[in-house]
Amino acid sequence: MTTPTSTTTSTTTTAERAPVAAGGHAAYLSLRDVKVHFPTDDGLVKAVDGLSFDLERGKTIGIVGESGSGKSVTSQAILGLHRRTRAQTSGSIILDGEDLMTIKDERLRQLRGSKMAMVFQDPLSALHPYYTVGSQIVEGIRVHHHDMSKSVAKKRAIEMLGRVGIPNPARRADQYPHEFSGGMRQRAMIAMALANDPSLLIADEPTTALDVTVQAQILDLMRDLQREFGSAIIMITHDLGVVAEMADDILVMYGGKAVEHGPVNEVFYKPEHPYAWGLLSSMPRLDRARKSRLDPIPGNPPSLINVPSGCAFHPRCTFRDQVPGKTCSTVVPELLESSPQHLVRCHLTPAQRTDLFESDIKPRL
Amino acid sequence: MPGPMFFYIIRRLISVVVMLLIISLTTFLLFFASPIDPATLTCSKNCTPAVIQGNRVKLGFDKPIPVQYANFVKGIFVERDFPDDPVLKAANPNAIYTCNAPCLGYSVLQTQGVTDLVKTALPQTGSMALFAFVMWIVFGVLFGIVAALRRGQWPDRLLVGVSLIGYSLPTFFIGQLLFVFVALQAGLIPISSVGYFPFFDNPLAWARGMFLPALTLAAVFAASYVRLTRAYMLETMSEDYIRTARAKGVKERTVIRRHGLRAALTPIVTAAGLDLGGLLGGAIISEKVFNVQGLGYLALQSVTLTDLPVTVGVVIVAAFFITVANLVVDVLYGVIDPRVRLS
Repeated sequence: MTTPTSTTTSTTTTAERAPVAAGGHAAYLSLRDVKVHFPTDDGLVKAVDGLSFDLERGKTIGIVGESGSGKSVTSQAILGLHRRTRAQTSGSIILDGEDLMTIKDERLRQLRGSKMAMVFQDPLSALHPYYTVGSQIVEGIRVHHHDMSKSVAKKRAIEMLGRVGIPNPARRADQYPHEFSGGMRQRAMIAMALANDPSLLIADEPTTALDVTVQAQILDLMRDLQREFGSAIIMITHDLGVVAEMADDILVMYGGKAVEHGPVNEVFYKPEHPYAWGLLSSMPRLDRARKSRLDPIPGNPPSLINVPSGCAFHPRCTFRDQVPGKTCSTVVPELLESSPQHLVRCHLTPAQRTDLFESDIKPRL
Repeated sequence: MPGPMFFYIIRRLISVVVMLLIISLTTFLLFFASPIDPATLTCSKNCTPAVIQGNRVKLGFDKPIPVQYANFVKGIFVERDFPDDPVLKAANPNAIYTCNAPCLGYSVLQTQGVTDLVKTALPQTGSMALFAFVMWIVFGVLFGIVAALRRGQWPDRLLVGVSLIGYSLPTFFIGQLLFVFVALQAGLIPISSVGYFPFFDNPLAWARGMFLPALTLAAVFAASYVRLTRAYMLETMSEDYIRTARAKGVKERTVIRRHGLRAALTPIVTAAGLDLGGLLGGAIISEKVFNVQGLGYLALQSVTLTDLPVTVGVVIVAAFFITVANLVVDVLYGVIDPRVRLS
């Protein structure tokens, strides 16, 4: 069997890995001050505004946030899927030593689908309705392996479908997406993304359209495949439960910026940003006593054209009175380390945040 | 082994036959059940009550309408005689017009079978329609794709602008314009060689003669196809599956052709099939401007002369093309879009 080449990167430093790479060590994927702006008739949409994070092979980062927080735009920026005519991008995205922002389009195309791959949400619209699932996977394989014959690529496609748990893959490969169920389609989507053993897998809300049982199966599958291939995974979701289960690190985005970033245990169990508190409070949980209602975050996601002055979250923040003066509405907070590896963008002092979380938030979760 | 596609086609064929029967019946009734007595139209100046009555019997207009219709339908499958008089046929075979199947009737005014008239007209209309079809599909779709891919840039604005002009001008105006400037003023095509010349006699003369009428039709249709293609292309290029194809690392040209165009073509195929089907039934204005004696011309003439059998025949032929085009489009739809096959 011809297996597409897989680059094995050392995973020896896993133990001391920090969410933000310690100086000297170059992470497998490293974003620095990434900006994606879309000029529109109404003004400049700052979809992503200065985002930085690192990711190692074999690790998963979960990016959470509301619709319009810049999650999907980030993932498409990494793959270079934004049209140059429509989007202004800046910053650096270094994947395995190559800056994806500055390399040639042709090189970027070669990396797409081979070294980095993406699983999209809503696989019904993400798969082409006119081609069989098998042939769509074959296309993805052959585009990076020109010398591979159709039949060998087909064998590989069937093998991948089997690998992601699709029963009777040889027959399924000849079927069209509309003949698949939602869960099967998402599996096929994952099979397509993994067909060339990508070392970076971006999953954009991979389980949003699926029911919980299937969702759990898909997550298990991704974990297994990560173990097998040692891929780095970026998991984009608005579902904190999924992130808690899958991710090593969590990055919370709000209004195109990271507002909290750290290891999963820190961010999930000791969140410090009021927005992260809001996300946690609005999440239904089975392991807690049933309350009469969930606590939604008041207000709406911010406009990305007229981003609120100061902290973008301040109009919705119930704790802004705790910060002296008008700091929240005038000064943009920095993303600062509050405890080792745990970064927070908030004007509250670390002590205030810990107190507020312990006294106000935690008891209500 | 016959697949679902086979049964689908069979089912559709049956519906085509039913459709044609209904159309022929409606047309037939509409004209023959009208207050105009078809027999009075057969003799013009020589009409006397006796002649009219004679012709009425000869042509079978005295029979009940259902019988007339049955004879008409029968004529499509077996030959008919006009007048249907075995005694006269035995005595004087030359006095009888034998209308071979498929017989669409007999025109007393033109002393010819309707089928023969249609047979003469069809190649002219067909040449014009097919020639125009090729031109408008090639240029309309091509320019539409270019406009979509260069959305908002000058090629897009230019093409959309020009197509809007083409779309707004009436056919007879474009036809006259081309005729005056290309044929008369520039003399690029001598007037005498504009018109229909059989393809198999001289393909070059055919192409030269058909160029202007076909171009006129093509210009009108291409204008709307540029806009149609542009719209569908823009729609499909923003689909999620296009992003998936790009994410797989597929080359942009392949993305456009295999993923974008393929999906955008479906509605274009539908429109193109129906437009061609409609055109094959005659394009009265272009035919008139360029003196092409096709089905449109024949229809116009038959209506002006109240030559009922010819009108009925042309309507049925035109309806035939449209229903067949419909069938072809539906089958193609199933070939292009796998989701259609199962339903």
